[in-house]
Amino acid sequence: MKKRSGIIIRTVITLAVIITGLALLQRLLMPKYVDGIVEGAFVKEYYSEEKDHDVLFIGDCEVYENFSPKVLWEKYGINSYIRGSAEQYIFQSYYLLEDALRYETPKVVVFNIQSLQFNEAQSEAYNRMSIEGMRWSPSKVGCILASMKEDEHFIEYVFPILRYHSRWKELKSTDFEYMFKTKPVTFNGYYMRIDARPAENVPKGKPLGDYSFGENAWKYLDKIRDLCAKKGIDLLLIKAPSLYPYWYDEWNEQCEEYARENGLNYINFLGITDEVGLDYNTDTYDGGLHMNLSGAEKLADYLGAYLQKEYGLKDRRSDTHLQEIWKEKAAAYDAEIERQKELYGIE
Amino acid sequence: MLFTSYSFIGFVLLLALVYYLVPGRHQWKLLLLGSLLFYAFSGPWNLLYILTTSLTVWGGALAVEKNYADKKARLKELKKADLPADQKKAKTQAFKKKQAADLKRIMVLTIVFNLLILAVVKYTNFLISNINGILGEGRQLSLLSIALPMGISFYTLQAIGYLVDVHREVIPAEKNYFKFLLFISFFPLVIQGPICRFGEVTEGRLFAENRFSWKNVSFGLERILWGFFKKLVIADRISAAVNTVIGDTSTYRGAYILFLMLMYTIELYADFTGGIDITIGVAEMLGITLPENFKRPYFSQSLKEYWRRWHISMCEWFRNYLFYPVSTSKPIRELTKFSKARMGKDLGRRIPVYVSSFVVWFATGIWHGASWNFIVWGLLNWAVLMISEELEPLYAGFHKRFPGASGPAYSVFCMIRTFLLVCFMNLFDCYAKIGEILSLLGSVFTVHNYGAFFSGGVMELGMSGTDYAVTGLGILVLLAVSIYEERKGSVREMIAERPYIVRTLVWTGLFVAVLLIGAYGAGYDASQFIYNRF
Repeated sequence: MKKRSGIIIRTVITLAVIITGLALLQRLLMPKYVDGIVEGAFVKEYYSEEKDHDVLFIGDCEVYENFSPKVLWEKYGINSYIRGSAEQYIFQSYYLLEDALRYETPKVVVFNIQSLQFNEAQSEAYNRMSIEGMRWSPSKVGCILASMKEDEHFIEYVFPILRYHSRWKELKSTDFEYMFKTKPVTFNGYYMRIDARPAENVPKGKPLGDYSFGENAWKYLDKIRDLCAKKGIDLLLIKAPSLYPYWYDEWNEQCEEYARENGLNYINFLGITDEVGLDYNTDTYDGGLHMNLSGAEKLADYLGAYLQKEYGLKDRRSDTHLQEIWKEKAAAYDAEIERQKELYGIE
Repeated sequence: MLFTSYSFIGFVLLLALVYYLVPGRHQWKLLLLGSLLFYAFSGPWNLLYILTTSLTVWGGALAVEKNYADKKARLKELKKADLPADQKKAKTQAFKKKQAADLKRIMVLTIVFNLLILAVVKYTNFLISNINGILGEGRQLSLLSIALPMGISFYTLQAIGYLVDVHREVIPAEKNYFKFLLFISFFPLVIQGPICRFGEVTEGRLFAENRFSWKNVSFGLERILWGFFKKLVIADRISAAVNTVIGDTSTYRGAYILFLMLMYTIELYADFTGGIDITIGVAEMLGITLPENFKRPYFSQSLKEYWRRWHISMCEWFRNYLFYPVSTSKPIRELTKFSKARMGKDLGRRIPVYVSSFVVWFATGIWHGASWNFIVWGLLNWAVLMISEELEPLYAGFHKRFPGASGPAYSVFCMIRTFLLVCFMNLFDCYAKIGEILSLLGSVFTVHNYGAFFSGGVMELGMSGTDYAVTGLGILVLLAVSIYEERKGSVREMIAERPYIVRTLVWTGLFVAVLLIGAYGAGYDASQFIYNRF
C-alpha cells in the first residue's frame, strides 16, 4: 500500500515537472510580437482593458491604423476600443465581437467591411495573429474552426508549441524578456505611425470575373448584425479610406444595398475624403494603404461627430474614473509621438 | 492517415483506451473495427479490395483444408474397403490424382486471382508505358487512372503466405472470417508491414485477451517515440535535400550524386525502421508482439548478410513462398539434372539456384515498384550476390593465406564496403529512368563540382547548417543505440533497469527532442513513409 502510494506521488510529481517544463518551453517559443511585426499582440491587449466602452471597432488594419480612440475621447467624450488585427477575416471579426460581448455591451459597433471580399481564410500567419491572443472560450473555438485552412490543425492552436517548435533556431533576447510579461503596442487598439509617404500612382483595380461577395462572408455579416441586434447594439458599417487594396464600385453597391435592406448606416470614407479633410500627401504613411497619425485623427474627429449625431452617444468626459484612465493613456500616446518623431527625424 | 499525423496519434490513444476497457473477448473485434475504420480513411472504396482478397483467400484456405480432410477420410475408407488389392490401389491412385488436381486448382485460382488484382492496380500503367515505348510516338495508349489501394502489396503477400501455409499444413485454416480479416487488415501492419505469418500474429496474441500491463504500454510508447525520432528528426529533415537533388537532374550532378547516395541511404533507413518501430510499438502497447523487421542492416559485412538483416519479413516471404516453390519446380529439377550432367556436380548444383534466385530478385524488384529502375535494382542485387557466391573460394583462399586479415579492422572495412555498395544500389530507387541513372553515375567522374559543392552548394539544398548539425547529432544517437544493441541487446531493457530519475530523464529528453527538433508542422512538408509507396 505504502509502495503504491509512493509510486503515485512520484508519478504525479514527475508529470507536474514535465508539464510545467513544457508550458515554460511553449511560452518561450511563442512569438512575442513586441518588435518588428507587432500585430499579433493586438487581440490579447484587449483583456487588460477596463471594459466600459461606448464604441467597439472590429476589422482589419483599416480600423486599427485609421482611427484614433484618443481623439474620440478628447473631442467627444466617447470611450472606444479597436478590436482589430492584421487581415482580420469577417468570421474572425464575428467571433472577436462575440468574445468582447462576454465582457461588455457597447452602444455602437463599427465594422469595416473590407474583409467581405474574403470568403475564407487566406493565410495561416494572419489566422494566428487574430486568434492566438484570444482567451479560451466557445468564441475562440468557433473562431479557430471557422478560420483553419486545410493544412492547419486545431491541436496546434491548443498547444502552440506544436506550431512554433522550430523557433528555437531564431530565439532573441526579447523572447526571454517577455516570457511572462507583455508590452503594450497599441493605444486602445490603435496602432500609431506618424511618418508620411504620399499616395502616388495608386494602381486601379484589375477587372474581376465576379464581383459578388462569397456566401460565407455574407453569412458572417448577417451573424454580426444579428448579434448586435440581440444585444441592442447599433451596428455601423464603414469602408475606411484606404486606396489600396482597391475597393470596387460593384462591391460598394452591394454594401449600400445590404445596409439599406437592413436599416443600417454605412459610411464609405473613400467618397467623403474632402469632407473629412484627408490629404493623401500628408495623411498616409505608406502611399495610401493606411492612415498615419494625422489621417487617423481626422477620421476619428469626423466619426466622433457622426456617432454623437446619429446614435446620440453621450459625452463622458465628466466621468472622473474615465478621466484618470485617459490621462494615463494620453500621456503614453504623446510619449509615443515623441519617440516616433525622434525615430523618423520629424520636427 | 499518416503515422506521424495528429489524427493517427489520437486514433491510437483512443483505441488503446477503449481496448483496455472492453472485455477481453471483444478486444480483437475492436481492433478489427478500428483497422477497417483506419483503412477506410485511405478511401472507403479501397475497402472493396481488401475485403475481396480476404474473402477469397479465407475461402480458398478452407477449401484446401476440406480437401485434405476429405482425402484422409476417403483414403481411410478405401483402406478398409473390401476390394481386391489391385483394384484398391487403382482406386486410391485415381482418387489421389483427382484430389491433387482439385487442390492445385484451388491454389492456382486463389493465388492468380489475387495477384491479378495486384497486377491490375499496380502494373497496368507500367505495361501500357512499355507498349507505348514499342509503338512509338503517334500511336500512344492512354494511361489509366488507378489509385493504388493502401498497403495492397503488403497484405496480398501476407494473405498468399497464409494460404500456402495452410496448404503446407503448417497451420490450420482459420474458421472465423473476421479473425482472418483482422490478420490482413491490422492497422499498424497494413501500411508497410512487417509481412507477418498467421502463426506469428496468433502467437503474438493478436486474437488473445490482453490485460492492461504498464510494461507493455510504456515499452510500446518508448518504441513509438524512438520511431518518431528516426522519422521526424532524421529522415524528414534529410528528405528536403534529397528531394531537391532528385528533382533537378540537370543541376545536381557529380558531387551531388555522391551526396544523394549517402543521404538517401540514411533517410531510407531512418524512415523505414522508424515506421516499423511505430508499428511494433503500437502493437506492443496493445499487448501484441510483432516480429522484428530489421537487425541493424548497415553493420552487415556482405550483401548476403545485409539481406538477412534488412526487411527481414519480405526476404523471408520471398524465400518461403517463391524461392522454395520455384527451386523445387519441375523445370528447375530438370535444369538441375541437365546442368549437373553438362557442367559437373559442383557448378551444376549452383546453376539452378542462381536461376531460382534470378526469379526471386526480379519479383522483389518489381514488387518494390512498377518501373524498370526497380527491376534493375533487384537484378543488380542478384548479380552481386551471385558473383560473391562464385568468388567465395577466392575469399577463403585469401583468408587462409593471410589469417591476420580478419580482425575488427577488416570487419569494419567489410561493413563500409557493404554500406557503400548499398548506397550505390539505392540510387536506382531515386530515379525512374535507367539512362538517367547511368548518366548521373557517370557524372560522378566527369563533373568536377566538388569544390563548389563543399564551398556552399551543400547549403543550398533545403537544409541549413542547423539542419545538418541536428541531423548529424541524430545519426550519432542512432549509431550509438545500434552499436549497443548489436553488442549487448535491447537499449530499452537496459534503460528500464536504471533508476527512475535516469529513465524519466532519458525518455523525457527524447520526447522533447522530437517535439522541438522534429521536422513537422508548418514549414515542413508532411512526408509519406517511403515504403508506403511500394
